[in-house]
Amino acid sequence: MPTRFLALALVVPALAVIVLLFIVPLAASVVGAFEVGGGYGLGNFTKTFEFYAPDIAFTVLIVALSTGLIGIFAVAIGGYLTLGENPRTVAALRWLYRWPLFIPFIVVGQIFRTFIAKNGPVNNLLVNAGLIAPFDAVSLLDWRGIVLAFVWKQTPFVALLLAGAMASIDRGTIEAARNLGASRLRILMEIVVPQVATTLLVGLILSFVTMMSVLSVPLMINAQSPTMLTVDIAFRINAYGDYGVANALGLVSLLITASVAVIYLRVSMRERT
Amino acid sequence: MTSEALPVSTGIFRVDLWWLPRALALGLLAFIVFGPLANLVVWSVAEKWYFPHALPLEYGFGYWARVFSPRGNALESLTVSIVVAVITVIVSLTLAIPAGYALARLKLPLRGVILLAFLIPQAFPNLPVYVNVARLFYQIGLNGTIAGVVLVHVTHGLVYAVWIATAAFAAVDRELEQAARSIGAGAWRAFQDVTLPLAAPGLMASAVFVFLESLDEFTGSYFVGAPDVNTLPLLLYTAGAGGNYQVASVTALLLLVPSVGFMLAVERFLKADVLARVGH
Repeated sequence: MPTRFLALALVVPALAVIVLLFIVPLAASVVGAFEVGGGYGLGNFTKTFEFYAPDIAFTVLIVALSTGLIGIFAVAIGGYLTLGENPRTVAALRWLYRWPLFIPFIVVGQIFRTFIAKNGPVNNLLVNAGLIAPFDAVSLLDWRGIVLAFVWKQTPFVALLLAGAMASIDRGTIEAARNLGASRLRILMEIVVPQVATTLLVGLILSFVTMMSVLSVPLMINAQSPTMLTVDIAFRINAYGDYGVANALGLVSLLITASVAVIYLRVSMRERT
Repeated sequence: MTSEALPVSTGIFRVDLWWLPRALALGLLAFIVFGPLANLVVWSVAEKWYFPHALPLEYGFGYWARVFSPRGNALESLTVSIVVAVITVIVSLTLAIPAGYALARLKLPLRGVILLAFLIPQAFPNLPVYVNVARLFYQIGLNGTIAGVVLVHVTHGLVYAVWIATAAFAAVDRELEQAARSIGAGAWRAFQDVTLPLAAPGLMASAVFVFLESLDEFTGSYFVGAPDVNTLPLLLYTAGAGGNYQVASVTALLLLVPSVGFMLAVERFLKADVLARVGH
């Protein structure tokens, strides 16, 4: 089959890069997690759970909470863009919501580090508005800061995907439900969201994986303990050159992600068939 | 966001009572989106600013001048970042155009599996991978080199490049190719004169995506490049970690310009017919 050879020959160079520079190092990190001294064992995992159990819980909670909030806001934005009746509000929202989309995480980290600091503009506004006393101003640069930064950055991405999917669903059912007197919230939750559930799921899972990989935001907003696994991995490498525990931490974050990636692969496989 | 717009009928006038909550919601959203960005701009021109003052005491472009002075690192970092990003785009597209064409047009065994393989860098946390890539590169002398950083960026850029290129080629009408073939054009000629120009807007979009991804990439550069290859994100991080928020803010603004520009232009680049074919 000459065309098959041609096709393979065209794909192989790109595939080789992925295999050599991603899949092989990924395998190396899995194997490395079990390397202790010269042999293999579970020593790295004992250390990992001894030192980093709170950070594992912290990471899962932060990423799960952020994913949930991103989902809620994205559905709200996409829903208003699809069902909103005031054309000017819809246009304004469409123009507004996308701005954080392509802002790099490192910039998001720098922005939020100053924006929600103890003497940052958010606290200043609250103090000047008389809502809190100056001495009650607290720094939000802990888990809340990470969640805020993640939600700010990732919501437009999921909302963009959702708005696209919502725009392409059949208007007939929406109009029918509207004529029968259903409220817009009910139309959104019972007619629109179920039809774009796959897109929502894919967007949320991609966001989940992205947030699990981001080093800059937790490093800049909340590097003290408890912190996220990405910061711990970087610390193990930079401070101790300890690849064993770093890889064990990597495997833990890999397993957390794999559990949601499995859902993703199933959905995309089902869509393709 | 989904507040009901209940027009209250009072005789012949229909008074929309919901304009106030709508305006408030939009105003709040505008603050959430632009407040942090405005704060960044203020930081970049703050000459003197300390607690408890809500706004800087002195404004000026002193830090901008410092960043761009011959002794500042910004120009060097900007150059490094752009060189890395341009090479990354060239390498990624050179690999992705043939792969995308094959995936979109030719009979390929295990096509679905291959497409998914290109998604793997997006589907797993990158950090453990970068750590081990850095270890490998250290052994073969690629750590701290432009080539090493480019390779890391290409791996990630291929996700976008291959998927968008595949979609772009799939969106080209087959009949146009067949028409070219039937009047005697060879396979290569038909590709060069018909398919490639028609897929060009989509390929441009993937090039811009890859360029931005490379320009903004932090984690991989942090492990493979630092401190020898000092890209803009690394400069931003070092300045911020050293407490120099002004320099960090100036650098952040430099990184923002291409990102926001692309956000505003993305619809012109990425046509709906290509978007609809991503992942098919």
